[in-house]
Amino acid sequence: MEVLSPYKEATDVILEAGGEPLKLCYQCGLCTGICPWNLVRSFLVRRIMHEAQLGAVDFGSEDVWTCVTCRACVQRCPRGVEIIDVMRAIRRAVAGLGIGVVPDALRISAKNIAGVGNPLGEAPEKRNDWAKDLGVKKFASGTKILYFPCCVPSYDPDVKAVSRSTATIFNKLGIDYGLIGTEAKCCGEAIRKAGHEDTFQSLAQNNINLFTSNGVKTVVVSSPHCYHTFKNEYPELGGKFEVVHITQYLASLIDEGKLKLSKKINKKVIYSDPCYLGRHNEIYDEPRKILQSIPGVELIEFPDARENGLCCGGGGGRIWMDTPKGERFSDIRVEQAVGKGADIIAIACPYCFLNYRDSVLSMGKAETMQVKDIAELVAEAIG
Amino acid sequence: MEEIRIGVYICHCGFNIAGVVNVEEVAKYAATLPSVVISREYRYMCSDPGQDLIKNDIKKLGLNRVVVASCSPRMHEPTFRKAVADGGLNPYLYEHANIREHCSWVHDDKELATKKAKDLVRAAVKRVYRHEPLVVKEAPLNPNVLVVGGGIAGMQAALDIANGQNKVYLVERDPSIGGHMIQLDRTFPTLDCSECILTPKMSDVGHHPFIELFTYSEVEEVSGSIGNFKIKVRKKARHIDESKCIGCNVCEEKCPWKTDSEFEMGLAKRKAVYIPFAQAIPHLAVVDPNLCAYIKSDGKKCGACIKVCEAQAITPETLLKQTDQIVEFDVGTIIVATGYDQFDPSVIPQYGYGKYDNVLTGLHFERMTCAAGPTGGKILLKDGREPERIALVHCVGSRDQNYHEYCSRVCCMYALKYAHLAKELSKADVYQFYIDMRCFGEGYEEFYKRCSEEGVNFIRGKVAKITDEALSDEEKGKLVVISEDTLLGKLVRVPVDMVILCSALEARSDAENVARIFNLNRRADGFFLERHVKLDPVATPTDGIFIAGCCEGPRDIPDTVAQAEATAAKALSLISKGTITTEAAVSTVDESICHGCGRCEEICAFHAPKVASKNGTLVSSINETLCKGCGACAVVCPTGAISIKHFTQDEILAEVAALTEVS
Repeated sequence: MEVLSPYKEATDVILEAGGEPLKLCYQCGLCTGICPWNLVRSFLVRRIMHEAQLGAVDFGSEDVWTCVTCRACVQRCPRGVEIIDVMRAIRRAVAGLGIGVVPDALRISAKNIAGVGNPLGEAPEKRNDWAKDLGVKKFASGTKILYFPCCVPSYDPDVKAVSRSTATIFNKLGIDYGLIGTEAKCCGEAIRKAGHEDTFQSLAQNNINLFTSNGVKTVVVSSPHCYHTFKNEYPELGGKFEVVHITQYLASLIDEGKLKLSKKINKKVIYSDPCYLGRHNEIYDEPRKILQSIPGVELIEFPDARENGLCCGGGGGRIWMDTPKGERFSDIRVEQAVGKGADIIAIACPYCFLNYRDSVLSMGKAETMQVKDIAELVAEAIG
Repeated sequence: MEEIRIGVYICHCGFNIAGVVNVEEVAKYAATLPSVVISREYRYMCSDPGQDLIKNDIKKLGLNRVVVASCSPRMHEPTFRKAVADGGLNPYLYEHANIREHCSWVHDDKELATKKAKDLVRAAVKRVYRHEPLVVKEAPLNPNVLVVGGGIAGMQAALDIANGQNKVYLVERDPSIGGHMIQLDRTFPTLDCSECILTPKMSDVGHHPFIELFTYSEVEEVSGSIGNFKIKVRKKARHIDESKCIGCNVCEEKCPWKTDSEFEMGLAKRKAVYIPFAQAIPHLAVVDPNLCAYIKSDGKKCGACIKVCEAQAITPETLLKQTDQIVEFDVGTIIVATGYDQFDPSVIPQYGYGKYDNVLTGLHFERMTCAAGPTGGKILLKDGREPERIALVHCVGSRDQNYHEYCSRVCCMYALKYAHLAKELSKADVYQFYIDMRCFGEGYEEFYKRCSEEGVNFIRGKVAKITDEALSDEEKGKLVVISEDTLLGKLVRVPVDMVILCSALEARSDAENVARIFNLNRRADGFFLERHVKLDPVATPTDGIFIAGCCEGPRDIPDTVAQAEATAAKALSLISKGTITTEAAVSTVDESICHGCGRCEEICAFHAPKVASKNGTLVSSINETLCKGCGACAVVCPTGAISIKHFTQDEILAEVAALTEVS
């Protein structure tokens, strides 16, 4: 028989971060039933909540690092338990108190972020190199909009297409925008969810100081993860500016008649809701509106779309960790897209981009299935 | 003027007040206030010894004003007024300070809480100084009773009152009485047939010499107050001659126009002219004007029913000319028993209700297992096959903050009943998906045991999804119920043929309107609010109006009947007394200032003010029997002619001044 002996300090950390709602969990198991992991392997969310309530979490278990923070469970929890906060708190206990093991891949990314301000370990001074030949000005006081692509679209050779397309669109429309200096760092959303609270605090403070001293009023972002933390987490740390996701911005330009899409793209396009745009921030319509405005595009939907959209598998720091073949949600998504007869999977998140790109390649579908950010499609259709 | 001699009593309420407020200090402080002759603190002022303190001090010290600082006046103001009266003073020479809800329960800082308690006591002392004796009057109570809703609650209440030879008006919205209970097949845990135990009561109601039944009718307006309510009822046109219809049903047989039967939950059809169900009371046909071709075409089409009705109850006249009627009558008390709606599970898309044919609700299953129901008591899938496996999903819309936070109280039990009936009427295996089994009533746990013995599979987990997407051959053509079995710690997929969603009971969709008509309050969950959840569970904040059954919250039949009987007892007790005491703290008009503008007449919900010519000028006067002392008229009066006794401007300003004084 096992003696129940709660780890007091860890319990305190979890209860503090998970807050009162954790105590409300009545162990119905709805979270387990909804969690996308159970499409590919067993992951008992409910049991972790119970362990957290009792202070009996197995900090050495890989389950500590499994949650993709997609919010499917939180959205429908009958008792309103902030399950993601609990997961984050458990990770914080491991990373902060050193009572378990941080997976290698995550440790490297965390080290890179803390060291050079981006998870890829790239040189900070090269952060804006993607825009070198596009004639984008540096943000100065009085510039209307700051465009902030964050790390992956700044450095990743493929995903640069997102930031470059965005700049191309802005240039064509003559929008008054600029890029912030290379002192900027990762927004920190994912590393916070991965339990590295101190790193997040330092990144956020760096960016808030930088934005504030430059007089930034409005930020347009490509990543829903930047959107989420800028909008919902930075304000309480003193960072108060208007945050607009690129899909919201483009949709408003279409509404105002400033953005006209004339070039045809005769394709069947299927849109995958990013968790941090959809469930976390309830932005479902704008991306669809943009796609429907592109002549020739036939917009189709996944079997589970919008509120029920399946995560790509990249949230909560999972983007840096290895997910074995057979357990990748993006593989399921690609199969569904093929089944629906789509030509293009349209995305609106850099993590979705990376995961779908890898799935399409590893599944040998690169010939027939394209993965494109909405900004890329708009840049093409703008003519 | 006589010398004002005030007694102040500070209650400890055990630790409720004394745990935070320094009651000794407050009592000492009160003794220093002008005109205070005695100031005491005591453990429980509401106890007999506590009340005796007041009574003895009035006699021995010649007190003529009393202040008690204790709990909310809601419960104990009447207690202390009575003590003051027993001591020989007018009960209105009393003032109540609330230092529990307004002070000790909401503050942690003992010093500041004590200071606030002193402030409240000071204000009460200043106010009581200005109180005047008021006279409580009696008025006759109309012994007739209105019961709203002809379900089991309304019928039971009506019968109890009518059996005492008191007149009852029973108003039911549907064409027949019976409510939800007549739709049920058998009732847990005894498994008696619902029809068998209910139809005798329905018949009694229908034929009772002291019950006047209005079916297919709705209360439109209620005015007045306890003892003298005026009621307006809309009697909807049935489009038949009620005095001639013999309920032979030939019209329904011949009518060619069909729609889903409400009574059969859409599992069968009814016609444009129909009798809702076999045991309907009254047993009269009713014409659905939205479906009847004759009515819709203004007499140009069809008319089949007119031709076959030998009783000549249906004529071109009744179909085309009959209109709603407004009936008016007076009652002294009202019982509201308007029941519940079944939660619509289509708002939970992952359960597939409305999408999959064989995902049904509890009421569907009730009709299906009923021998007189649309399937003749057979449990059948949409395609006519018998199910091999049935899933029962608990807590659909209940215990879930996304829908209803409350437990619907009956679902665990009716789910067990369904399991039993499924075993009795079919060969199906039954899977119950539950979170907690709540079997608390008489014979309920025993029924749980009995069903367990019959071999029901219990899976502890809230169902995440119901899908027809098969992952294996075993799942093909089935509905797959996905849930964690939290006891196994495993996600399970259970292929079944039929799913019964045990849907929550929720407040009626028009509860807001009903609440407005009857001046009821609603809880956050939408149900009607009782006056006190434990000690006054069937009364409402409006005197003379009582609530029974599921309009007050989900409950089972035994609890509903007990509650209905309680409302009847409340009404009978009022009838037996025969009079009501009227509010003494009523409005008065200073005729020398009144302009007779009539705003008081417009605002008053109780029709108490009346503007009339007096000596050639228009002035308002107040009917003190009707006035509730709510103060609305005094607020709208542009000249300040109206004031409320016991709440005069002088009193209120003295109280406010005392509160804002720096102590």
